[in-house]
Amino acid sequence: MIDIKKESRGYIAHGVSACAGCGMELILRTVLNALGQDTTLVIPPGCSALFCGFGKETGLKVSTFQGNLENSAAYAAGIRAGYEVQGNNHSTVVAFAGDGGTLDIGLQSLSGMMERGDDVLYICYDNEAYMNTGIQGSSATPLGAWTTTTPTGKPVYKKDLLGIAMAHGIPYCASASVANIKDMTKKVEKAKSIQGPKLLHIHCPCPTGWGSAPSKSIEVSKKAVQTGAWVLYECEDGNIKLNNPPKELKAVQEYTKLQKRFSGINEEQLVALQMGITKNFERLMRMQAE
Amino acid sequence: MLNQQETVMNKQKRFKIQGPCAYEFDSGNTGSWRIERPQVDFETCVKCGTCATYCPANVITIEKDKEICVDIMWDYCKGCGICANECPKQCITMVEERCGK
Ligand SMILES: Cc1ncc(C[n+]2csc(CCOP(=O)(O)OP(=O)(O)O)c2C)c(N)n1
Ligand code: SF4
Ligand code: SF4
Ligand code: SF4
Ligand SMILES: [Mg+2]
Repeated sequence: MIDIKKESRGYIAHGVSACAGCGMELILRTVLNALGQDTTLVIPPGCSALFCGFGKETGLKVSTFQGNLENSAAYAAGIRAGYEVQGNNHSTVVAFAGDGGTLDIGLQSLSGMMERGDDVLYICYDNEAYMNTGIQGSSATPLGAWTTTTPTGKPVYKKDLLGIAMAHGIPYCASASVANIKDMTKKVEKAKSIQGPKLLHIHCPCPTGWGSAPSKSIEVSKKAVQTGAWVLYECEDGNIKLNNPPKELKAVQEYTKLQKRFSGINEEQLVALQMGITKNFERLMRMQAE
Repeated sequence: MLNQQETVMNKQKRFKIQGPCAYEFDSGNTGSWRIERPQVDFETCVKCGTCATYCPANVITIEKDKEICVDIMWDYCKGCGICANECPKQCITMVEERCGK
């Protein structure tokens, strides 16, 4: 159905308009490599909409639908239902949405999808703010981080997306990061093989919004994992498993000092941020042991 | 936009699609963004593929049997420097991109 004007290997054009060093570009390439051609994507407005291209041009070889910010999960569920009527049970239906489109305005739509048990893979790439509209804070922005709407640092903690997913009792959900591409690939493949609603929450370095050097995107993500600011784990049928957790957490400054969004953080906020991170890590370790 | 695209979509017999639809797979010349370019020291390179794994633009090919063992598509490399930062042998240097060279 599509005219190939410039060939690429893989399912995504090489020259797309994501910023230099963008984590989201690497995430979608990894995801589609793992899923293959028989995939249908739903992409809401946000940075990921750039893959859909402009006008008659697209940067994707797989069929993609660009919907609205608030209802990617509902669109995906509808497409799945349509496929079932057609007798198509082989295509993987995937929603690929940002943190704003997932944890804020898309949350009720996602909740409905998880409640109904629709056979959809929902992926949230989390760059921790509304980046495409100019870095406004979202409920995924971490405590103390600067955004244009949190000029003195966000006063409250980040929302726990996987906690919300687990409360719905879905068969599989996991966190992932560009810090570990193998782990991400494994989780995407596992999610594909499971029937029902699946959720992947993927940490997404954003040099433009985080004020980090484009060359350091992977380094920043690795520091997030080593400090516990991002924990890699999965939950299958209610059982939590941490994936290769650090034996001891590094101090959170190792992570924050690489990013300008934390340059104005005060002592009090830093202590609170560290406390939240340590508590969350210990909580997950306890849940794994249960 | 709707009109322009309907003309194309209407020619297709099998699929009746309403609304704007993209049907050309194309690629921008993002190589023109580059301020610095990655320069690989092929002598010290151990062909591990780490640079290729992390390149967000997917423009690195490891050619184990060739002298230029790390082949980069210059039309698209954005010069982000991730490959240089992640190479375990530190054999990639970011050098200034100059016009006309
Ligand atoms: C209902 C609605 N409100 C606002 C917008 C404007 N808008 C477009 S993209 C975007 C940012 C989305 O942020 P996120 O989902 O985190 O994705 P990111 O841009 O960070 O990749 C917003 C607010 C919209 N398209 N629809
Ligand atoms: S603003 Fe951030 S997420 Fe959006 S394209 Fe640029 S680097 Fe990627
Ligand atoms: S990461 Fe470095 S050593 Fe490994 S293939 Fe690339 S250039 Fe060679
Ligand atoms: S500079 Fe960036 S885009 Fe260019 S080859 Fe290295 S990682 Fe890829
Ligand atoms: Mg975002």
